[in-house]
Amino acid sequence: MKRIIKGLAYVVGDDIDTDQIIPAQYLVYDVNDPEERKIFGRYALSGIPDEKAGLPFGNISFVSEGGDRSSYKIIIAGKNFGCGSSREHAPIALAEAGVEAIIALSYARIFYRNAVDGGLLIPYESRKDITDRVNTGDMIEIDTKSCIVTNHSKNWKSSLNPLGPAEEIISAGGLFQYARRKKII
Amino acid sequence: MVKDRGMTITEKIITAHANRENVAAGEIVWVDIDLLMTHDVCGPGTIGIFKNEFGTNATVWDRERIVILPDHYIFTEDAHAKRNLEVLRTFAKQQNLPHFFDAGSDRYRGVCHIALAELGLLRPGMIVVGTDSHTCTAGAFGLFATGIGNTDAGFVMGTGKLWLKIPKTIRVIVEGEMSPHVMAKDLILTIIGDIGLDGASYMAMEICGEAVRNMNMDERMTLCNMAVEAGAKNCIIEPDAKTVEWIRSRMNCDFQIIRSDLSARFEKSLYYDLSKLTPVVARPFSPDNILPASSLEEVIPTQCYIGSCTGGKITDLVSAAHILKDRKVQINTKVVPATVEVEQELITRKLDGRTLREIFLDAGAEIGPPSCGACLGGPPDTFGRLSDGDICISTTNRNFPGRMGSPNSAVYLASPLTVAATAISGKITDPGIFF
Repeated sequence: MKRIIKGLAYVVGDDIDTDQIIPAQYLVYDVNDPEERKIFGRYALSGIPDEKAGLPFGNISFVSEGGDRSSYKIIIAGKNFGCGSSREHAPIALAEAGVEAIIALSYARIFYRNAVDGGLLIPYESRKDITDRVNTGDMIEIDTKSCIVTNHSKNWKSSLNPLGPAEEIISAGGLFQYARRKKII
Repeated sequence: MVKDRGMTITEKIITAHANRENVAAGEIVWVDIDLLMTHDVCGPGTIGIFKNEFGTNATVWDRERIVILPDHYIFTEDAHAKRNLEVLRTFAKQQNLPHFFDAGSDRYRGVCHIALAELGLLRPGMIVVGTDSHTCTAGAFGLFATGIGNTDAGFVMGTGKLWLKIPKTIRVIVEGEMSPHVMAKDLILTIIGDIGLDGASYMAMEICGEAVRNMNMDERMTLCNMAVEAGAKNCIIEPDAKTVEWIRSRMNCDFQIIRSDLSARFEKSLYYDLSKLTPVVARPFSPDNILPASSLEEVIPTQCYIGSCTGGKITDLVSAAHILKDRKVQINTKVVPATVEVEQELITRKLDGRTLREIFLDAGAEIGPPSCGACLGGPPDTFGRLSDGDICISTTNRNFPGRMGSPNSAVYLASPLTVAATAISGKITDPGIFF
């Protein structure tokens, strides 16, 4: 696991469901095909209503028109991020767009599990809702060792919850790598 | 853990599959999986992971325990969707899988969660995982069932094992007699409204009490199906004579009935008197945004949709037919049976001498082919998919932005009775006026 994850923040609200993360019409594409996999990055977070896209301003596209990658590396969210479907396409879409970590107040469990077991991105939990203390576009830094988040644009630091049992799987790079390391497979 | 503390059904099932004597909520254990289910949307990704990790010529852990039920994007001309079905076909042939129910063949079944039950493959005490969040539907048969992603499913496909965190259990005790115009859908929507979209997050939900024992298996499946909309990991209903009768009529097999101990510990208990329950609707854009149906008469939908694993079972369609019979819809109404078995019952089941199919068509409704249909939008040519400006009242399970198609559409969730009543009245209507 990288010691430091640093990049621009993209802020969303509560209960961002998997259809907002990747609308179902794009699920026809093959996540194992390198070219088709890019399409998931292109449409990541494209289902969020315009007024809620990139808080507190709104109307900020996560991925620019025609691109496959986002300029935002860290997602800041409220409660229950990733609720809804079990589609692993959701964390895949965010990872393909270039997201390395999410800081949410809480997660829907299947999304969390997919992010961890798929080795796709790191789902951090904030201790309090920080969505009103970050603007989309703020420069955010996460120290993965100390679990401290710094908002360089607003000059504050805050502690994140430790990853707990998920850390071993994330450090290994996903479920398969973890299971091999533990000689489970 | 105190040794003499009893266990919930969920704890007992997981204990038995983890080769342990007992487990406590919060522990992480490796369990043996009894059944893995996948479909056309997540199957190809799962197969890709299985091949990448175990080798292109690897064989699955147990060919009898893998069920592939294509159901999402079946009746579409989308080339990628067709390609995905071909991936399933090739894999099922290569692995010689007996439980592959191919689209376009006479083995095609329809929506996976209902088909699994119809096939008699669900038995009390099992652990079932599937690449679909509504896999929790199977908990209606007294088993542990939960949705997983491609990576987990690829892992199970090769090993038959998965790690699980033992969930705490929320117990929902339901008593009292439901009015005839109220359905299980109203109960689960009410529960979700009360506890919120994350009210059961990471937890098991166990629904018990006299009123649930009075419900048939279709209605029990509706309850378990939508527990995930409150964030639940699984939902479980203690098996009884109705469970046994359903299974025995479909498959001759042995199984063990497991019940929660009287001394089991529940995180919390919720009580519902169903005699006080009224028809409710979840407004856009969240399944916990609940109001009584009677308070929404100003809403004039552009489409009524009756279908999906939640609301396209035979009990759902019979209920809708009771209201649609001898009446005409005032709103464009789509009926999508969940499965081929339900579709066939439309021509064998009769109300007052007329088949359900005749009743729907005479009322002016359109009947689509059995599949997930427009429940999750899907490719642009999906039957019933919503367009810009559409307002739909639907028997399905989710109403997040863009769920049934256009991002500029809105979905109200309700019971089949409420949707049928709305179709006849031309505005959102409490079905009580038809009883």
